[in-house]
Amino acid sequence: MSTRLFGEPVARREDGRLVTGQGRYLDDLGHDALAAAFVRSPHAHARIRDIDVSAALDADGLVAIYTYEDLPERVRDPLPLLIPHPALTHGRTAYPLARDVVRHVGEPVVMVVARDRYLAEDAAALIEVDYEQLKPVVGVEEAVQGAHLVHQDVPGNVGAHLVQEVPSPGGAGAEQEVDAAPHRLSFRLDIERSASMPLEGRGVYARWDADDGSLRVYSSTQTSTSVRMAVAAKLGLPLPKVEVIAPDVGGGFGVKIVHPWPEEVLVPWAAMLLGREVKWTEDRREHFVASAHERAQVQQVRVGFDDEGRVLGLSVTILHDHGAYTPYGIIVPIITATQLLGPYKIGAYRVEFSSIYTNTVQVTPYRGAGRPQAVFCMERTMDKIAAYLGRDRAQVRAANFIQPDEFPYDQGLLFQDGRPLIYDSGDYPESLRLLKELVGWDDFHEVKAEAARHGRRLGIGIGCYVEGTGVGPYEGGHVQVTSDGRVHVSTGLTSQGQGHETVFAQIAATELGVPLDRVSVVTGDTRRFGYAVGTFASRAAVLSGNAIALACRKVREKALRVAAEALEADPRDLEIEDGVVRVAGNPGAGVPLATVAVLSNPLRYAFDEEAVRATQFAGTADLSRPPVDDGDEPGLEGRDYYSPVRSTFASGMHAAVVETDPDTAEIRILRYAVVHDCGRMINPMIVEGQIHGGVAQGVGGALYERMVYDGHGQLLNASFMDFLMPYATEVPYIQTAHLETPSPLNPLGIKGAGEAGVIPVSAVIASAVEDAEGIPVDRMPISPSELHELRRTSRR
Amino acid sequence: MKPPPFDYHAPHDLDEALAVLAGTGGDGKVLAGGQSLIPLMNMRLAAPAHLVDINRLAGLATVEAGADGVRVGALARHAEVERSERVAQVQPLLRSALGHVAHPVIRNRGTVVGSLAHADPSAELPAVLAVLGGSVRVARHGAPPRDVPAGEFFLGPLEPALAPGELAVSAFFPAVPPRTGTAFVEVARRHGDYAMAGVAAVVTLDDDQRIAAALVACVSAGPVPVVLDLTAACGRRPAASTDWAAVAAEVRDRVDPDGDIHATAGYRRHLTGVLARRALRIAAAEAAGEYGWTDER
Repeated sequence: MSTRLFGEPVARREDGRLVTGQGRYLDDLGHDALAAAFVRSPHAHARIRDIDVSAALDADGLVAIYTYEDLPERVRDPLPLLIPHPALTHGRTAYPLARDVVRHVGEPVVMVVARDRYLAEDAAALIEVDYEQLKPVVGVEEAVQGAHLVHQDVPGNVGAHLVQEVPSPGGAGAEQEVDAAPHRLSFRLDIERSASMPLEGRGVYARWDADDGSLRVYSSTQTSTSVRMAVAAKLGLPLPKVEVIAPDVGGGFGVKIVHPWPEEVLVPWAAMLLGREVKWTEDRREHFVASAHERAQVQQVRVGFDDEGRVLGLSVTILHDHGAYTPYGIIVPIITATQLLGPYKIGAYRVEFSSIYTNTVQVTPYRGAGRPQAVFCMERTMDKIAAYLGRDRAQVRAANFIQPDEFPYDQGLLFQDGRPLIYDSGDYPESLRLLKELVGWDDFHEVKAEAARHGRRLGIGIGCYVEGTGVGPYEGGHVQVTSDGRVHVSTGLTSQGQGHETVFAQIAATELGVPLDRVSVVTGDTRRFGYAVGTFASRAAVLSGNAIALACRKVREKALRVAAEALEADPRDLEIEDGVVRVAGNPGAGVPLATVAVLSNPLRYAFDEEAVRATQFAGTADLSRPPVDDGDEPGLEGRDYYSPVRSTFASGMHAAVVETDPDTAEIRILRYAVVHDCGRMINPMIVEGQIHGGVAQGVGGALYERMVYDGHGQLLNASFMDFLMPYATEVPYIQTAHLETPSPLNPLGIKGAGEAGVIPVSAVIASAVEDAEGIPVDRMPISPSELHELRRTSRR
Repeated sequence: MKPPPFDYHAPHDLDEALAVLAGTGGDGKVLAGGQSLIPLMNMRLAAPAHLVDINRLAGLATVEAGADGVRVGALARHAEVERSERVAQVQPLLRSALGHVAHPVIRNRGTVVGSLAHADPSAELPAVLAVLGGSVRVARHGAPPRDVPAGEFFLGPLEPALAPGELAVSAFFPAVPPRTGTAFVEVARRHGDYAMAGVAAVVTLDDDQRIAAALVACVSAGPVPVVLDLTAACGRRPAASTDWAAVAAEVRDRVDPDGDIHATAGYRRHLTGVLARRALRIAAAEAAGEYGWTDER
């Protein structure tokens, strides 16, 4: 690898385009398309008695109105349950347009197509839906009583129930170990709802080519390949006649991995039916009430431990609020249940969760996907153990760490991919050492005491996590060197701003020995690469990164083989540097990759000077062999796939210093420190950017964001005025230190980094506020008003 | 999130604007900065049949700071008033409060008079006008303009004393008197959000440096800015020996805020007390010249 770009902090190549308004997002496309708008349920739970569209029929610019009754076979079926699981005994998904019953505010009931979005909304406002209101079910604890049901055939509103149990080395169960432990604690924890809330909402734009019988769909999605399969199946089209493209996507954070959304089926269907281009762009109000939320859980914890704070038994019971439907299965609570143990070696563990239906927006993964709740549970537990024993919180954690010589470490659980949860590598003691140094952990008591002398209240908090990243089943990469020497890389998974154009190019440039500017990257376009899973679970770099590297190695091998013939050298003596294949140690003898590409593709027709060299009368061919050898292919290109045997486990530890105002109860983050280990870093600047973004979202979840439902199932804060995402002014400066413990599982030794930053933040801030205030903090997020009430009720 | 249909009017002078407004039959809204109105229309929470855009009325884009006070025209943006050194000299409370109004991009478009006419009791500027005893000049077609004192202008949440067809053409903020200090403090959930609680304070000292007058206006503490005269509570003592905690407690006890999803009523009441104490102390210190500003005025 002569061109050392892997590991360099290369500036993001996509930024120039994106920050100067050159990005092409969904709503930038299809200016002449018809616009769709939806009539959505204003009620959390109601039966549809009648839909009266008559007043809308004369609306200016109206093209079509569709209700459930208008939908044909397959399109009218319930949306797919994407990830079935044996424990999900009562999985339920929505119809694309409500059939008889609506189960959350925002559920689509009628689709309107008109000349533009203004007119579509005007027409939608004229449609009268007569509802019979049903009793809404809000809040898991009310729901699980089962007095009223979200789905009439789901008793107790329990969609799924799962127990995983890991006995102690001695064979005892967790409850038994807790009972037998020298010390025991039990407590309840609460985490509220938030949401992915990307800057760009969802959106679909479909073009039907009647002459060609083909459909092109643009979708602001995290998986174009799977949307393609879903749309082809729903509309009964041959797969090769459907193309799906994810254009520039303004953030996903999980919500756009769900598919097909109702609109992703209905908009292409309407485009085919009408023979016109149709587009729907989600607005913010719709995103709040008609996409997905996450996070809400109630956790009951029992823990038993020894004098050192070592956990002998841990038993956690979780009520997981799943909202009205389960299109993404029970991935979120499974991740909570299985990632809860973090970097710790626990005596015996039992986790039980019930996934509960409520008349609220469905719950699907949002960055972190169940892990913030898991880490909140484990780290609150560690803090409570330390408080109980009067020991240093970091020390208690260290006493429970898995040690560096214990990898691979089998936690004895089944992970979200159905495979054993085995940590591949890590160095938790070293991470803690770095973190303590970075944040000044050991001297903090002096800082705190000094501040107290000036009437200021400071606290420090800590949180550790381990994150399973890079889940399968696979991703692929395709690399083609064209006769101009350019390298075209494509992979099927999609990009939402992560910097794939940069990091995948760094990998290709490094593997092929070409300058970065010679490499271009395409993602999420089924015209370029048809096989893919999608972008989620911190998997893009691990899966596509390795697949692209493997594809590049195929290209490199062929380039060396072809060049060796041209140079009459042994391929083993060749190297590629700056785009030229040369004999190592002999800078004079070389052949550019452009020429190798020409020679790799025997031609009958010359179309430029270069091509002449590859034509049949050029006199360069070995006439005893066919122009293309058996088993070989024309062209200098390669395709390969990476399919991991199981996930690779990144880890990290965060610490924060907060100040709470003794009078106003305002909470200010003074310092935030991160130690992060995602194996080998392709680009440390991009890793840090991911961490910064993650911490920013974590600060939102810890101090600002919640979905406020009232007892009627109305979302009271469905706008950016009242759903408080942190501004830059609320996000602290973030200090980072990196540890690079390579993964032994993949050729590049990398682990995922996309979700990491958000995972421990709620736990860390709770820990710090608790330290500042001396009051247990068991519910997040926490606002000044809530801290004030906590102070009052604890009579401080 | 697209507005329902409306007729758009773009008059070129005040007379035309007033005539157009008069012709809208009470179903017209005035568009100046649009920072509150346009989101309300996009969410279809407001659906005026007519929108009268006054942005071509150059005569209203004025900020005049004189010895007696600051007159702000209906097209003067927050940012312009905030940045004006002359305004800061004549009435420093404006600059203190404007720094809390939303974000710079909003202040670049939003107007001071628009904020007043929106009459949101959570907003900063109504409290400033109220505590200073300023006024709003209101024009209507075929009648002379009238000045409405702040105390009569804010009738309820989002309810200014503007009849259909009327246009608020300017607002007047009296100058800060001698030996007087002002302060504006608030606590919002995020930087730039509407305040959970906020207090504008004006404190005047007599020749012996004792408190001669103390007035606060509380934000988010009632349906309109809540103005409280605390002169008696201060007991005509020098600032240093005034029992600010007791004065603030009076403020806390006299406001009656509502709770919402961001803060309970109890917390808002508590916070109003805390902020009253802070604002009064700052204003009193400023009045005493402790910050070295008084002489320059």
